[in-house]
Amino acid sequence: MSIDPLLQLLRRNGRFSETELAERLSLPAEEVRERIEAWEEDGTILGYQAVVDSTRTGDVEVVGIIEVKLTPERDGGFDRLASRIAKFEQVVSCYLMSGGYDLLLMVEGKDLMEVARFVSEKLSTMEGILSTATHFRLKTYKENGFAFGEDEEPERLPVAP
Amino acid sequence: MDYSSKISRQVAAVPRSGIRDFFELVLGRDDVISLGVGEPDYATPWHIREAAIYSLERGQTSYTSNLGLLSLRRSIATYVSEFFGVEYDPRSEVLVTVGVSEALDLALRALLNPGDEVLYHEPCYVSYMPSTMMAHGTAVPVATRKEDEFSLRPAALAKAITPNSRVLILNFPTNPTGGVASAEDLAGLAKLCIEHDLIVISDEIYSELRYDGAQHVSIASLPGMRERTVLLHGFSKAYAMTGFRLGYSCAPAPLTEAMMKIHQYSMLCAPITSQAAALEALEHGARSVARMRASYLERRDYVVKRFHEMGVDCHLPGGAFYVFPDIRKFGLGSKDFAMQLLEAESVAAVPGDAFGASGEGFLRCCYAAAFEDLKEALNRIERFVGTLA
Repeated sequence: MSIDPLLQLLRRNGRFSETELAERLSLPAEEVRERIEAWEEDGTILGYQAVVDSTRTGDVEVVGIIEVKLTPERDGGFDRLASRIAKFEQVVSCYLMSGGYDLLLMVEGKDLMEVARFVSEKLSTMEGILSTATHFRLKTYKENGFAFGEDEEPERLPVAP
Repeated sequence: MDYSSKISRQVAAVPRSGIRDFFELVLGRDDVISLGVGEPDYATPWHIREAAIYSLERGQTSYTSNLGLLSLRRSIATYVSEFFGVEYDPRSEVLVTVGVSEALDLALRALLNPGDEVLYHEPCYVSYMPSTMMAHGTAVPVATRKEDEFSLRPAALAKAITPNSRVLILNFPTNPTGGVASAEDLAGLAKLCIEHDLIVISDEIYSELRYDGAQHVSIASLPGMRERTVLLHGFSKAYAMTGFRLGYSCAPAPLTEAMMKIHQYSMLCAPITSQAAALEALEHGARSVARMRASYLERRDYVVKRFHEMGVDCHLPGGAFYVFPDIRKFGLGSKDFAMQLLEAESVAAVPGDAFGASGEGFLRCCYAAAFEDLKEALNRIERFVGTLA
């Protein structure tokens, strides 16, 4: 549990300004800026995103969770094939897994057909892919630490001993 | 009917709580940012709440042993051994209570005869004086000073000891000051307690909330002290479980037995649902505690810095989640300062004198509040003190 406190804050909220971060950590703002810039440069921080509850925007967005089995290669194991797969822009996440299959993909599409087409046309036909199993996400309860439709804040007494 | 003749003298003599008065004032308003609470701003970590729900689902709705569930007492003994470095027998030396407040009341009632003097350092938690009075004891506050970071100096204690002194209550880290006792002070206090044959009731409810890498030291762990210490602890602060009302005492068997006698006829046992939750907290709560502590630390540093920047003297507290800024230079009493701050800027902070006469001239600000609220509250305090200067 010795993650840098600055990184920890940014992981919780990427929109904290340098001043806010500096206030919370009692650091000079200049130092905060320099460290963030260094992380952005060396690839420690890859980017910043909003966590969106898309049921409220009315956007239709289908996410397929795909388990992939593949044949490891003599040099590099799964790496070459995994990074080839990850390059498709539909693939939003790609993980090497322990257990019953090798890669776990999260694939976005505007509808079921689009995701299905990606699996049947692009993924399955790739050399080295042994099998795929596609599951579709139905509802999101929590994403990246944020609960969807969170309960109301419970009330506290304003003054207590 | 003239009820004043019906109420016991013991109870009638207890003054109305200063916090209560202030509470009534704040209640009527909905625009207030409150730094007036004495509890974490977190809901109890979910894994602990879930354990309580599961316990209910399984139909655990009965009484428990008067002392508390043996599984919980075992877990408490293990934790106390690891964290405080003191060994207690879970079968005869650990008593599970309804919060530390009950445990304190039990200890005082078990120990005091009418007229026995109870020493405690002040400013202090609001119940020490009333609980002493209701147990027929005489309250003897010993003032602590900002210059000593609100630690209790052995020399100050020595001056207050009389042949009637029987009990010393300690509370480090301290509510309301956040003060902690240095190793030298603790050793000096222990020496005095042994010399004068005092029993120590040590309320260590904030002991997990120590900052700056400091390790909490319990007076019970010092040589010769285990036998004369009632160590009180609980789950409210470190695990954000105030509403579960669960605490415990660790003390030599004869003292535990005496406290248990009162507990078994008044409370019978602590609620079983809360005991189940507490067990989960002890077994799996360390990560939650560490996460909350890190966040309190962030806020402590910010709040102290802001007070310094606006020219308000404020010591850096070593523990708990309170700061106790010195407002004497503004020429207003604690109460007036707090009232005017509430009136002018809708910020609630508790006047220092609610924690004893030696808290006069100070304000208790609890920084267990959302960072944005803290920031806004401090902006408003800064504006307010600007009008006083």
